[in-house]
Amino acid sequence: MSKILVCISNVPDTTTKITFTDNNTQFNTNGVQFILNPYDEIALARAIELTDGGKGSVTVINVGEANTEATIRKALAIGATDAVRINAKPHDAWFVAYQIAEYVKANPFDLILTGRESIDYNGSKVAGMLGELLDLPSVSIIKKLDATDSEATVEREIEGGKEVLTIPFPFVAGCAEGVAEPKIPNMRGIMSARTKPLAVVEPVEVKTLSEIISYETPAPRGQVNLVPADDVAKLVDLLHTEARVI
Amino acid sequence: MSVLIYAENAGGKFKKSTFEAVSYAKAIADQNKTNLIAISIGDVAKDDLVALGKYGAEKVLNVSNNKLKNFVNQAYASVIAEAANANGADIVVLSNSFSGRGLAPRLGVKLQAGVADGAVALPEQNGGKFTVKKTAFSGKAFAVVELTSANKVIALTPNAYKVVEGGSAAPVEDFSVEAKASDFKELIKDIVRSTDKVSLPDAEIVVSAGRGLKGPENWGMIEELADLLGAATACSKPVSDAGWRPHSEHVGQTGIAVSPNLYIAIGISGAIQHLAGISSSKVIVVINKDAEAPFFKVADYGIVGDAFEVLPKLIAAVKEYKASA
Repeated sequence: MSKILVCISNVPDTTTKITFTDNNTQFNTNGVQFILNPYDEIALARAIELTDGGKGSVTVINVGEANTEATIRKALAIGATDAVRINAKPHDAWFVAYQIAEYVKANPFDLILTGRESIDYNGSKVAGMLGELLDLPSVSIIKKLDATDSEATVEREIEGGKEVLTIPFPFVAGCAEGVAEPKIPNMRGIMSARTKPLAVVEPVEVKTLSEIISYETPAPRGQVNLVPADDVAKLVDLLHTEARVI
Repeated sequence: MSVLIYAENAGGKFKKSTFEAVSYAKAIADQNKTNLIAISIGDVAKDDLVALGKYGAEKVLNVSNNKLKNFVNQAYASVIAEAANANGADIVVLSNSFSGRGLAPRLGVKLQAGVADGAVALPEQNGGKFTVKKTAFSGKAFAVVELTSANKVIALTPNAYKVVEGGSAAPVEDFSVEAKASDFKELIKDIVRSTDKVSLPDAEIVVSAGRGLKGPENWGMIEELADLLGAATACSKPVSDAGWRPHSEHVGQTGIAVSPNLYIAIGISGAIQHLAGISSSKVIVVINKDAEAPFFKVADYGIVGDAFEVLPKLIAAVKEYKASA
């Protein structure tokens, strides 16, 4: 395998308290720290391992405006060879997948990895949409990825178990925990990231299919009903007679 | 115009999440005064196909092609899209399961449809706008998404919509498809599915534990309680990171999001990332020795106490309840 593409997104840090502005129509980014999507970090780490020792290259691609460049540089510091930023607001998964697919049609890769989902919109859609747009197989959520020169063996998550598949390159896969341990950039990586190539590409036009019109936060829960530790039977009784869940 | 529901099976059997999705799709068909057609792919017994009518399917398309016995993402998406086109379905519904997450985006592209993944409520249709509420920010919020395309794909979160029975037996028709060779590039080597355990995303009750359990050797109590309740077991991120439990049990922002009727958290402090993954649980019980643990702020019921003292008592109390029920 020689060329791997890793699709990355720029998401709010996992500790972020999520709030909205403009009558709950905009995500409040005030004071929010943005990070490389944790699942994309796993995909990137595996891509670097698979090309370790000069066996190929890892390109990261992001659809975002100039403010995502810190996250892209982080991916370069971790060990990506080069980067591409498609200069547009990531409207939705369809928009993002379409832009990346257009880029890949002109610049083919042997393997395309994404995270299983982004932790902001949780769609798990970009991998499947890329597969469809590029007429390639796609595996939505993988927990393991091993490769030979011509094909890969992946473990796909299923309810209550796993499925083991072999797939010839090229294909698209969404990576989850288990595929690799995220890598922490070292000083050399951080220094070299500044000079690694980061190409900025203008987007192509595409018809939109969906639009987020508002947000809601979960309804607050009432006061906790504390049961004394020496009266556990009362908890079981409450779960049966009051909450009616057992 | 009609609604098509993909009725997913696991090893030849429909699961509760499939009945939820059929019931949900029936309600959407009713909203639009149109028919609900179900499609099943693989080896499912005739009686089970007919029984989809109970949840609202007016017709069941059965695809029993040897090559399509097991899930192949690309091929299944082609079959479902073909069925949608052949039946004039403009809304396709499926479960937001692991396979559903693979199918929904491919269907979206094939049908040029906006995709509402992780739907948690019925669509609202007002003044020509079709909107669906879905989970966002890993359970910390919901987003209301308008699907602006003519065709629409909706993937329903398990445990978010109640199974509704009321229909009668549905006629089953064979739906034959020409399986394209280029859709079968992947080869299934092995399928491992534990049948004696409740799967976490589908579970109605989840028993989850954290670092308070001190080590993997103490999980016997968690498993015993889960077995008694017919629950799935889960854990916090530090526990799966330490290798005490498999990653597939990790619930939270970077793990699995669950929405059970009852979530019992034992020895978990309740970091914001963990709470994100469980926020849509209907009832939350927290057992923690630290009365200041943030988890108590989102709990419905709580016990302040040491897990090693409370758990054996809880197991005994549940046994007693089960014996008397």
